[in-house]
Amino acid sequence: MTAALSAEEIISQLNDKFPGAVEEAGADSVLVKSDSLLAAAEYLKTAKGLKFDYLNYITAVDYYQYFEVVYMLTSLENNHSITLKVRCYTRDNPTVPSIRGLWQGADFQEREVYDLMGITFEGHPNLKRIFLWDGFPGHPLRKDWNQ
Amino acid sequence: MTTTRELVLNTEPFLLNIGPVHPSTHGVYRMRATLDGEVVIDIEPVFGYLHRGIEKLMEERSYTGCIPLTDRLDYVSSMTNNLGYCMAVEKLAGIKVPEHAEYIRVIAAELQRIANHCLAIGAMLNDAGALGTPFFYLWREREKIYDLLEMLCGQRLMHNYMRIGGVSQDMPEEFLPALKKLIIQWQRFIEEFDFFLKQNEILIARAKGVGVLSRELAINCGISGPVARASGIKRDLRKDDSYLIYDRFKFDIPTGENGDCYDRYRVRIEEMRQSLRILEQARKQVPEVPAKAELPHLVHPPAGEAYAHIEAPKGELGFYIVSDDSIAPYRCHVRPTSLINLTALREMVRGWKVADLIIIFGSIDITMGEVDR
Repeated sequence: MTAALSAEEIISQLNDKFPGAVEEAGADSVLVKSDSLLAAAEYLKTAKGLKFDYLNYITAVDYYQYFEVVYMLTSLENNHSITLKVRCYTRDNPTVPSIRGLWQGADFQEREVYDLMGITFEGHPNLKRIFLWDGFPGHPLRKDWNQ
Repeated sequence: MTTTRELVLNTEPFLLNIGPVHPSTHGVYRMRATLDGEVVIDIEPVFGYLHRGIEKLMEERSYTGCIPLTDRLDYVSSMTNNLGYCMAVEKLAGIKVPEHAEYIRVIAAELQRIANHCLAIGAMLNDAGALGTPFFYLWREREKIYDLLEMLCGQRLMHNYMRIGGVSQDMPEEFLPALKKLIIQWQRFIEEFDFFLKQNEILIARAKGVGVLSRELAINCGISGPVARASGIKRDLRKDDSYLIYDRFKFDIPTGENGDCYDRYRVRIEEMRQSLRILEQARKQVPEVPAKAELPHLVHPPAGEAYAHIEAPKGELGFYIVSDDSIAPYRCHVRPTSLINLTALREMVRGWKVADLIIIFGSIDITMGEVDR
């Protein structure tokens, strides 16, 4: 990835600003606690020198023990990127806060994750199924889903 | 928006379904439009008519077996879909692609970009009311590009040409001379075509100032590709996160100023010119060495995850792949350019007439195969 600012620096900034929020730091990704996602995302979006103003994509992965929601952010100004992750450890109605208020681009993508992976985004103004019809049994991208 | 109609007549809003089966929705897109007379108050997009569960299907196929599925995402530019996917797997498995294959990939991708913009511009002009003529002018020239792509892989639409570590077969002997001829023909054609339309009164009346997308909104919505560039965002992954061998070629990134339908048209025309520039340079530089890396039949990347993105004709196309150390992807997510580019449609069409809604929608250039997946 193009990285003018290394992920380490960004992570240490997040650690200073939100002590205890960072669960795990990877090479170019950072795993934050679900309850501090909104604050961390807003900080990344607005803080001087970071300015991650562009949301590349949102997706989710089912790892059986937990769901991982993945956000990739890019700063158009500085041309650097970071991947933000949150985990939900429950299979029964997993919930993460919605970032729709920060990025409108999250609108359809959060609906897609909700539809196919069954993760609820709290605070999303219009969270309903996007590709499948209402009443479709289950969420097909989950690993335990059977046809 | 206050209309004269509102002042004299008491009107009330009504709901109109546009699509899913409608010639100007480019596939099976459906809008529930709330109209006041002819003025659009709001639209609600409805998706899913072409949802085939491609991301789920990928989980049960080998890495190579997924390539034909990527053809069916954005089915009017399958070469670039192949390319994006193969690059993600190569990144995951740490595979180096031979230089010769990189040149072929660049040539195929740029040809595909021109072919895609033919459809984008042609369909937009069709939507604007220029029925047939410009569309078929472009269609005639697009056919020549498809002849070349067919020469590479034997297929017209679902190319399935890129492979992990290279391309499925080297280009035939007659390919480069044919490409040379095509570039000359196209350079002439694009000037002629642009001459007809650049100052065309009807196009200007229909497209200039219509469906303005502001820079701020475009960034906030994650818009990419020609639509973003028309709104003044100078971002092109070929330069900003250079992949393949794009750093060896000289080309410019065209941008617009107003972010209206006309700018989106202009940016696409200019991009086709730049693609021809790249093709001309690539044609002269191609070295003579094998096109495919020596790889085992089944690609088996180590556990991990990778995201690779390319500048597809429609914008940023990315593949996020998670591997669990087996021969099939554990999870493969496609960053859907078309779906994300539709996010701002609602804001873009508010207050415009239904006829404008059609051209605004056409100017975004989407493929439903990629929206619904």
